[in-house]
Amino acid sequence: MRVEEMRLDGNAAAGALREIFAHDMTTALVTCAGCARASPMGVLMNYGGPMGVILRCPHCDTVMLRIVSTPGGRYMDASGSSVMLIPERPT
Amino acid sequence: MAGNPFIARGFHSRRPAAPPGRLPPGQYETRDFPVLSAGPTPRPPLAAWDFTIRDSEGHSVRWSWDDLRALPRETPTADIHCVTKWSKFDTKWEGVSVDTLLAAARSAGVASNPFVLAVSDGGYTTNLPLADVTDGKAWIAFGYGGEPLAPEHGGPARLLVPHLYFWKSAKWIRGLRLLPDDQPGFWEQLGYHNYGDPWREQRYQGDP
Ligand SMILES: [Zn+2]
Repeated sequence: MRVEEMRLDGNAAAGALREIFAHDMTTALVTCAGCARASPMGVLMNYGGPMGVILRCPHCDTVMLRIVSTPGGRYMDASGSSVMLIPERPT
Repeated sequence: MAGNPFIARGFHSRRPAAPPGRLPPGQYETRDFPVLSAGPTPRPPLAAWDFTIRDSEGHSVRWSWDDLRALPRETPTADIHCVTKWSKFDTKWEGVSVDTLLAAARSAGVASNPFVLAVSDGGYTTNLPLADVTDGKAWIAFGYGGEPLAPEHGGPARLLVPHLYFWKSAKWIRGLRLLPDDQPGFWEQLGYHNYGDPWREQRYQGDP
C-alpha cells in the first residue's frame, strides 16, 4: 500500500476538530511546552488585557496560548502548549 | 434648553475637546496612564541589567545600567497613542536617544541592517524598520514625569517610539537586534499591524 493512500486533506478531520473546539475549554488539561507540567486551562494566568488573550503557565510563565480577535479573523498560537486533554462532556 | 440646569452642568463639566489635528482617528484622550502588559512585571536587579545591540553576524555592543545612565540624556515630550484607543498628550520622558546607541554600535563594528527587533525581559518582542528608530524618533527611556520609570510602565527602561502605536514602545527592553529581514514581534505575529501608524489607523493586519 502506498503512503499517499492514507493521506486525506484537513476537511476529513472536520468532525474531530468540531468536537474539540466546541467544548468548554476551561477544564481542558494543557501541558506546558516550557516545563512539561499540565494545568487546567482555567488556572492559567491571563495577561494581555484588551489587546488579546495571553495565557501563561502558572509554574514557569511560558506563554502557552495566545488569541487575538481582529476584523479579519481570530489568530491563535498554541505553540507553547505541547498537549491538550479535552475531557469528555458529561452525559 | 439653556434654562435646564442638568444640561448646563453637563456642558460645563465636559472636558475640553482635544485640539484639532492632535488626536489620531479612532482615539480618545485620557489623563490616566493605563497599564497594559503581556506578562508579569519583571524586576531585574540593576547590577545585572544590561542593554545590547547585536547584528545578525553576532557582533554586539553592551551597556551596563551605569554605562547607559552616563550617556548624554534627552527629555522628550510626546503624545502617545495605544492601539486600545487611548491617547495621552504631553508625556514627559528622560532617556538616551537610540541614535546615540546606534552610533556607538556602528563604531564598535556592529553592522547596520534595515530592520530592528526590540527584545525585552519576559520574552516580549516588537519589530520596527531601522528608519523609525533613527533621526531623533526613538529613545531608551528610564525616566517618566521626573521620576525613575516605574516597573509597571516598563522600568527600569523601555523603548519610546511615540509616532507608532504604543505596543511598539517595548517595556522592560534589554536590547535591539539589527536584522537584514523583517521579523514580526509578539503582537505582530498575532494579527496586529506590522507597522502600526496611528495616523493611518494601522491597528490590524489588512488595515491600509
Ligand atoms: Zn511551564
